Parts: sequence; C-alpha cells; structure tokens
Amino acid sequence: MNNPQLDKNGQLKHLLSIEGLPRAILTQILDTAESFAGVSEREVKKVPLLRGKTVCNIFFENSTRTRTTFELAAKRLSADVVSLNVGTSSQSKGETILDTVDNLIAMHADMFVVRHAQSGAAHFIARHVGPHIHVINAGDGRHSHPTQGLLDVFTIRRYKPEMHNLRVAIVGDVLHSRVARSEIHALTTLGVPEVRVIAPKTLLPTDVEKLGVQVYHDMHAGLKDVDVVMMLRLQNERMSGALLPSAQEYFKCYGLTQEKLALAKPDAIVMHPGPMNRGVEIDSSVADGNQSVILPQVTYGIAVRMAVMSILAGNTEAA
Amino acid sequence: MHLPDAEQLLAKLAEAIRPLLTGSTALVGIHSGGAWLAERLQPLLGEDIPLGTLDISFYRDDFSRIGLHPQIKPSDIPFDVEGSHIILVDDVLYTGRTARAAMNELFDYGRPAKITLVALVDRGGREMPIHAEIVGTTIALDPKQNLELARDAAGKFQLKLTGAA
Repeated sequence: MNNPQLDKNGQLKHLLSIEGLPRAILTQILDTAESFAGVSEREVKKVPLLRGKTVCNIFFENSTRTRTTFELAAKRLSADVVSLNVGTSSQSKGETILDTVDNLIAMHADMFVVRHAQSGAAHFIARHVGPHIHVINAGDGRHSHPTQGLLDVFTIRRYKPEMHNLRVAIVGDVLHSRVARSEIHALTTLGVPEVRVIAPKTLLPTDVEKLGVQVYHDMHAGLKDVDVVMMLRLQNERMSGALLPSAQEYFKCYGLTQEKLALAKPDAIVMHPGPMNRGVEIDSSVADGNQSVILPQVTYGIAVRMAVMSILAGNTEAA
Repeated sequence: MHLPDAEQLLAKLAEAIRPLLTGSTALVGIHSGGAWLAERLQPLLGEDIPLGTLDISFYRDDFSRIGLHPQIKPSDIPFDVEGSHIILVDDVLYTGRTARAAMNELFDYGRPAKITLVALVDRGGREMPIHAEIVGTTIALDPKQNLELARDAAGKFQLKLTGAA
C-alpha cells in the first residue's frame, strides 16, 4: 500500500498518523527528540535548522497547549511561525480549507501544522500540496494525534527505558479519543508487550481488540501491576447523547484516585494528555502527586515536535 | 598509504595541550571521533578538567541538502561556557565546516573567553578561514578519500582511510 507519509525513499515526508510508520522512523524521532530536550535546557534555546522556513499552524479547532507547543517548537528551530485560528477567520466567511492552504502557499509557507475536527483533514491537505511542502497532523477528529502519541511514548521511554518489559493501561474515553489511537499504535510498534484499555463498554470502539490491546471494564482488575497509567480526558464536547450517567458516577468508577493507583506497581507513572477534568477522570491529589509526569509530558512535547519538524524539513526534495 | 599511529598522535596532542591549560580550561570533543579523543585526553591532562561533547547536527550548513543525520547524540556541556577556555577537539580537520558549526553551537551555551582548536590530523582542503592551533600530524589527501578515526573493542584508536586515491 502506498503510504502518503513517506517519500519514494521511505523517508518521512508528512506526519499524518502513527499507524503505518515503521519502528525505525518512530525510534529516529524519539532519539532526535532526546537531543532537542537538551537544547531546551540551554541558555539559548534555539538552533538554526529551520532558519528562513515558514511554518503555518492552521487550527480549525481550538487547542491552546498543542498550538503553543508547536509554535514554540518551530520558533526554537528558528522558523518563522504564523498561527491561524481559522474558526475565527476566513472560514467563517465561507472560504474552503484548500483555498486557505493555497493562500498560505502563495505566501511561501513551507510546513503546515493542521488541527481539524474532521478525520482525514490533514491527509486531504497533504495530498493537495506540492512535493516541497510538509504537513503535520495536530489532531483530526477521532482519528489521530501523532505528535501526542509520540510525546507520550517519549515520556514513557524517559522514565521506563525498558519498553519491551512494560505493562501500560490507557483509561477512559477511548471511543472519542484520537490520542488513545495514536498511543496504542506507538506503543505496539515500539514493542510494548501489554497494552490495556480500561473503559465502560459505551466508551470503547467495537473493534478495539483488533488494535492489539487487552480490554478491561473494571479499574481494579485493569490497573493491577501496570507500570504506566495513561488517563484520557472525558471528551465532553464530543459526547452527544447519554453515554454516561453523570460525571460523578464516572469518577466513582473510572476516575483515578490514590486508592486505585495503589493497585499499579509502586513506581508506576501517571500521564494525562491534558486538559484535565479534575474530579472527573483524575483526582487532584493524583494529578499533582509524585507519580504524576503530566507536566514533563508538556515539556517533552516541544522536543518531540522539534524532532518531527526538523526531520520532515530535512527530507525536502530539491525543487 | 602508511598511516601514522593514532595512539602516538594522541600522546603528542596531550603534550602540546598541557602548557595551554588554565584554571578555566575545559575539553569539548566533537561527536564522534573528537568526543572519543577528548575522553582519552582528560585523564592525561587532569581529571578535574571539565569534559563536554558536541553533536553539531543542528548547526550543519548542509541540512537543506542532505537533511538531518539519522543518528544524533545529545550535546552535553556540563560546565559554564561563559568566560571559559575551551579546547575544541576533532579527529580530522578538513573543510573547516564542522569547526564552524561547533563554534556556533558553543556560543549558544555562552561566550567563551577563548577557543583553541585541536585536531588529530589536518588533511588540508580548507573551505573556511579555520586554523587548528595544535595538530597531531598533517596528511595531504585527495578529496575522494575519506579519513576517519576508528576505535576497536579495547578502546584503541586507529586511523582508517577509505576511497580511491
């Protein structure tokens, strides 16, 4: 099958989803991100790699954290960055996605970072642009959020380097979560032997086992002896109809408390992609506790996005 | 072609560097050959001399032509560059582009008082106004040839020449 993310030499050209990417490319991104993590700790947190390039963040759907970390990542690579909240600009005047993109290409954009509520939006743009332009999916509908998946596995690898020996639990609204999908693909591709999903039946896709995960409906059984607990946000804004009785009821069954976390290994780490609903999927004492690596995830997000952008920019065909 | 013994050249470098040492001197090796050399020079010159490594991949001038190197090692500068005297170590000095990139990277850590460039071998062919203060030896090579430092399982250095003369 022709993979739209890779060029004819098998090099990464766009980052659209983790699904279909070989382990070698994931490892290259994570290893490169290690070097960028060091850059972020220096006096001058910048390298000249993308000097003269223009990166356009087009966010058809709001996201403060993802947009900010992409912006900082591009700036620390010395690129020029423009961020468009398209929901509040031309799109509301009726311009199509491709018209927006073509206008930015006319302004000599070199890279697009795209977030859209519609699955496949980034693929659509990637098919449209010329060979010297790169597209990064910053979240499309329920489908994929590859840089979040990558920064999550980067965080896990930093705290638990023995990836082939880990038991990881992903807890919560898997059905509506593009993050969960990207995490599952990243973890299985990197050889994590046991990935569990813990959620009520109503928040799991019907074919979830096909992704290579073990399914649990009960936190007490599912968290037993895990090394990593990855919480998902309860996607209120994607929840149409009554999949859940109430937020309080959900917290009682699937909210991560100190008591439930005690079932995991004593050195287990707790992750959350943000933004958190405290008291809904995670208790404040856990979110702020000493097993939480939620803020390091944000820090590493910049290094991982720098790695992705520089690898893509480096794989540009000569015009 | 008979290549000089890299271990002897290393000892020669250490002797030449020793008179330059000051209280603020630090060793920085350029990944990978220069980093190996700096690692070996440190015990010869004094264990209390700070040791760092640079991977100049983010500062190369050919990024837009060849992209990012697939295997990058994190740079590690565990001392304050501001005001320090840096002995910058590379294995083979050729075009001078690597030394240029390494200096740019060092300045993103701080403003050194002085940088002294040291190379095991100067093979000529400079494309930048770069000069090494200390070199182990000078060998004139054809542009088609590639000279690099190799390290065996026991940690012993050897120069390796590949490509047609």
